[in-house]
Amino acid sequence: MVIPLSDDSISTTTTPAAALPGDALREGVVATLRDELGADLLDHLLKPNDDLWVRVSAGAWQRAGRVLRDKVGCDFFCFLSAIDWLPSPYGRGEDDPTQPPPERSTEIRQGYAGGDTRMQVFARVVNLTKHFGVTVKADVADDSPAVDSWVGVYAGANWHERETHEMFGIGFNGHPDLRNMYLPSGFEGHPLRKDFPLLARMIKPWPGIADVEPLPGDDSDEGGE
Amino acid sequence: MTDLAERQKLSYIAAQAADARLNVELETEGMTLNIGPQHPATHGTLRIIVRLDGEQVVWAEPSAGYMHRGYEKLTEVRTFPQITTLVNRIDWLGSFANEVPFILAAEKLMEIEAPPRTQHIRTILFELSRIANVSLFLGDLGVQLGAVTPVFYAFRDREYVLNLIESVTGGRFHPNFDRIGGLLDDLPAGFITECKQVMKRLRAFCDEIEDLLFGNEIFQARLRGIGVIPADVAKQYGLSGANLRASGVDFDLRRDQVLPLAYDKVDWKVWTHPDGDSWARCWVRLQETREATKIVDQLLDTLPAGPIMAKVPRIIKVPEGEAWVSTENPLGEMGYYVVSKGDLGPFRVKIRSASFNNISVVPWVLRGVYVPDVISILASLYFILGDIDR
Repeated sequence: MVIPLSDDSISTTTTPAAALPGDALREGVVATLRDELGADLLDHLLKPNDDLWVRVSAGAWQRAGRVLRDKVGCDFFCFLSAIDWLPSPYGRGEDDPTQPPPERSTEIRQGYAGGDTRMQVFARVVNLTKHFGVTVKADVADDSPAVDSWVGVYAGANWHERETHEMFGIGFNGHPDLRNMYLPSGFEGHPLRKDFPLLARMIKPWPGIADVEPLPGDDSDEGGE
Repeated sequence: MTDLAERQKLSYIAAQAADARLNVELETEGMTLNIGPQHPATHGTLRIIVRLDGEQVVWAEPSAGYMHRGYEKLTEVRTFPQITTLVNRIDWLGSFANEVPFILAAEKLMEIEAPPRTQHIRTILFELSRIANVSLFLGDLGVQLGAVTPVFYAFRDREYVLNLIESVTGGRFHPNFDRIGGLLDDLPAGFITECKQVMKRLRAFCDEIEDLLFGNEIFQARLRGIGVIPADVAKQYGLSGANLRASGVDFDLRRDQVLPLAYDKVDWKVWTHPDGDSWARCWVRLQETREATKIVDQLLDTLPAGPIMAKVPRIIKVPEGEAWVSTENPLGEMGYYVVSKGDLGPFRVKIRSASFNNISVVPWVLRGVYVPDVISILASLYFILGDIDR
């Protein structure tokens, strides 16, 4: 594509602030998604004056991306990543290594827009003219976590999917090149999964928790300056 | 819309062919050239592998990850107030700007809002970070193209901004000054007068750089029409900040969202450029630096009195929920997706940094350019290594 060089005189635009999105606009987005995806739109959450979360089935992940890009107008790709909802078996890495580890809950509790599986991929796309974004989530199966790649929909998803693949071990079908970005190619394990220990915290007790001490003569937690 | 993945695949095939190809007329062979990780043209440890056919790039691939510090994992073992120390080190030229979206996300989950005076001071420091960051870009730009003088001017005048930031926060590079519900401290005595003088000086610096660089014929020849990124490609790759606005997309997170910052209380402009080339990206940044000095000036005039800390519990537990907050940082859109489980620390923090997306367009934009243009395109895209690798 050849773009002609512009004159200096036309290269400034000063625009007034555009209207900010209302919740009615976001409700319209949910309606569009429901029309296009049908039963594959599993759940949604609309926080008033804040944001919109939708959850689609893993099979409709790529289709949801296309609908968001072409029908909803969210053509700006913000990010793509994943969440591992398993509570960390190591807590915050503050256990005394000389003591047996404490009992911890293993109950998996998903966040906004619900979920059924341990891991979810989520992404955010933005409509730059109407100034709203949508966070879209999808459950990935526990045994062989994989969804279809978004690279054909949003080209920028390429690196984000590579990062998610090495950090969470989630596959992206149809991705051209799922090499590691950060880790050596033979690295074993997926560092951002909750059951991957942070070794620096495992080998030495962490003193960080001691920094909140009650002040003398002050019994309440409610402080404030 | 063109299917960009398809084009990527085709360019890869072309690159494979270039390596094996023999150019009969010129008797050249394709070759692979490694730029970096330690190379002056990459300012940082970004390695770029380019396949060349003669002087022309057939295929390019940035190889990031030489500075990966794993902040997303580290946030999971820290409390909310401790995390500002980590995120300071993402974009180290505009550190304070990294703290703001994270603190705003935590405040959103806790449903508290900082007092008006804090919002003003946050915005002032945010814009000072932008000036400190982008003024270095303007100087560095000259060095990338072979002009050594601008970088001395940039370091000279950036020093004044860093001194200002130091006088408020105590840190020149890593302020760690923002707190949930407010700020660590108020502005020091005499800050307003001093800051106004520095802003005047920075405006003079912008004029100087414009005279030195932007009107220069060599500078224009090296940048105009080079590395053109059309608007649809910029949006698909998630380019943000000046890179997006230089492609003619009129979007600025300071204006286009509701945040408890003071941008709606001042009169300022969003600058865009329709060309999308390297020159446009540099030009938009220059105008944004000017605009930032004006924003700071106006905020200093309208600084409200009052407390700088909202009422927050001494032990900060953030209620269960998810929040996304992004701000228009010097490099582009910087955002945090914070998931809390009602604990002392976050359950998961996804850090969306601007340079990661901005550099992911490099394989697309470098195809077909000549080797000297690789340097100028990378310089104009402007990245900070810590912001790519996190």
